[in-house]
Amino acid sequence: MKNNEARAALLFLAPAIIILSLFFFLPVIAGFALSVTDFDLYTLGDVHNLRFVALRNYRELFANPVFWTAFGNTMYFALAGGPLTVAVSLFAALLVNAKLTRWKALFRTIYFAPVVTTLVAVAVVFKYLYHPRFGIINIALGALHLPQPDWLGDPHFAMPAIILLAVWKGFGYTMIIFIAGLQNIPEELYEAARLDGAGAWGQFRHVTLPMLGPTFLFVGVVVAIGQLQIFAEPYVMTQGGPLNKTLTIVMMMYQQGFKFWRMGYAAAVAFILFLVIGAATLLQMRLGEKR
Amino acid sequence: MTRRGQSMVLHAVLIAGGLLTLFPLLWMLSASFMSNGESTTFPPHLVPHAATLAQYRALFLRLNIGRAFLSSTIVAATVTVCSVLFGSMAGYAFAKLRFRGREKSFGFLLTAIIVPPQVGMLPLFLLMKTLHLVNTYWGVIIPSMVTVFGIFLIRQFMLSVPQELLEAARIDGAGEFRIYWSVVMPLARPILATLATFMFMSTWNDFMWPLIILSNQSHHTLPVALANLLGEHVLDVELMMSGSVVTVLPVLIVFLILQRYYIAGLMVGSVKG
Repeated sequence: MKNNEARAALLFLAPAIIILSLFFFLPVIAGFALSVTDFDLYTLGDVHNLRFVALRNYRELFANPVFWTAFGNTMYFALAGGPLTVAVSLFAALLVNAKLTRWKALFRTIYFAPVVTTLVAVAVVFKYLYHPRFGIINIALGALHLPQPDWLGDPHFAMPAIILLAVWKGFGYTMIIFIAGLQNIPEELYEAARLDGAGAWGQFRHVTLPMLGPTFLFVGVVVAIGQLQIFAEPYVMTQGGPLNKTLTIVMMMYQQGFKFWRMGYAAAVAFILFLVIGAATLLQMRLGEKR
Repeated sequence: MTRRGQSMVLHAVLIAGGLLTLFPLLWMLSASFMSNGESTTFPPHLVPHAATLAQYRALFLRLNIGRAFLSSTIVAATVTVCSVLFGSMAGYAFAKLRFRGREKSFGFLLTAIIVPPQVGMLPLFLLMKTLHLVNTYWGVIIPSMVTVFGIFLIRQFMLSVPQELLEAARIDGAGEFRIYWSVVMPLARPILATLATFMFMSTWNDFMWPLIILSNQSHHTLPVALANLLGEHVLDVELMMSGSVVTVLPVLIVFLILQRYYIAGLMVGSVKG
């Protein structure tokens, strides 16, 4: 009987094991191997041109100021975009979940809608909304007599513009998680706080925030991990410009690997992304334990 | 402030936030029905003064976007069916069949979740090239046919299926495949719907891997076709908006119909950490 079950299990697992090993685990391991070779256009033509170069790709990368620009931009995007997304989504969750709120399901669906939209398509839409002269955003700012920056063309505003798009696109996701967290807070805690004379702010400060606290950090790191992989927004909206101000790690990997075919060098970029995300994940797990 | 006043302020903020959230999507829809140049006039038109289907006509008749729509549909549908089938088979085995090293191998599988997909993309491309799968639908489909997330999702659900049910079927002489297909799968319908919704939407929206593996226009999926179109038609705002509508609308509709299942999957994903 047991033997029979084990044989069945192997058959049930076979498609998953074969596909994951061949098309996921093998490429990931090969990726590390690739990063210590000089795989380039010539190797693509004739594999005999492949040489082991040890850590040369990494040395070159660390000496390349463009890499540090991409690294810094990616960090900027994740460290500004992550917390901002969390803040907006917490605010939205509090409003949608408030006792007085009617049509809760409707508002939840509306705020969540951007999450399911196609990133490339909404990046195209925002590219036009950000147009310095014809874009609705600058027309609205002009009507209010506020400055009208050249959002995607100005080195100081390009990344903030992309961050705004990311917040718009992503806050619904974390909002849903926060709503679930809020619904898990026992009503008695609020009652006790009210008996102690706490107002709305006091209840938020002394009940909601401490009860949400761990979820709060956890969610922030989850968002940041997703944001470290940013690619489509700059690809569609800015091509990494102006002045490389929106060039990101993944975009650099794409350009080096699939535009210039410097695949060994690009693999080193990918490995660094892996390390950064691994570090963020460890942090997330630490926070998860506390939860 | 009175309760009534509070309620009014609250709903005013909620409605303002809702309009702000929907604005980009509504503007996209509105501009897609405008004639050339109307969306960039000053003062701006928020709704078309004479709605026209000219942009959609150009998109489908002249620019052949129907082809990309078909590609996206083929890829997303195949990935959905395969990932639900293979994911449910593996999830069932990990939850309900007893074999040696089950927990260890499942634990190993879960480590895959922390690896960003970009790490494998360069060798994956070389592998696909060796297999002559560059510029084919299979090149896009195969790497997504099984996801660790899907296996995890189904396993968590199947753990709650009572063991007695399976034992009873075994005593009745049902084979292992029959038990999976006619006893367990019907029970798992809600979670299968969740995974299917999830996979359809994420595959439809996927950009980077299709961009890499499909260099030939004839196989482009919608997001890749749209990014390509932007290169040649960046000044044709209204045309680009109709392309965006064609890309976004199918997933929005799927979401509105199946959002119950989608959000259930999201919650499982968020508590796994």
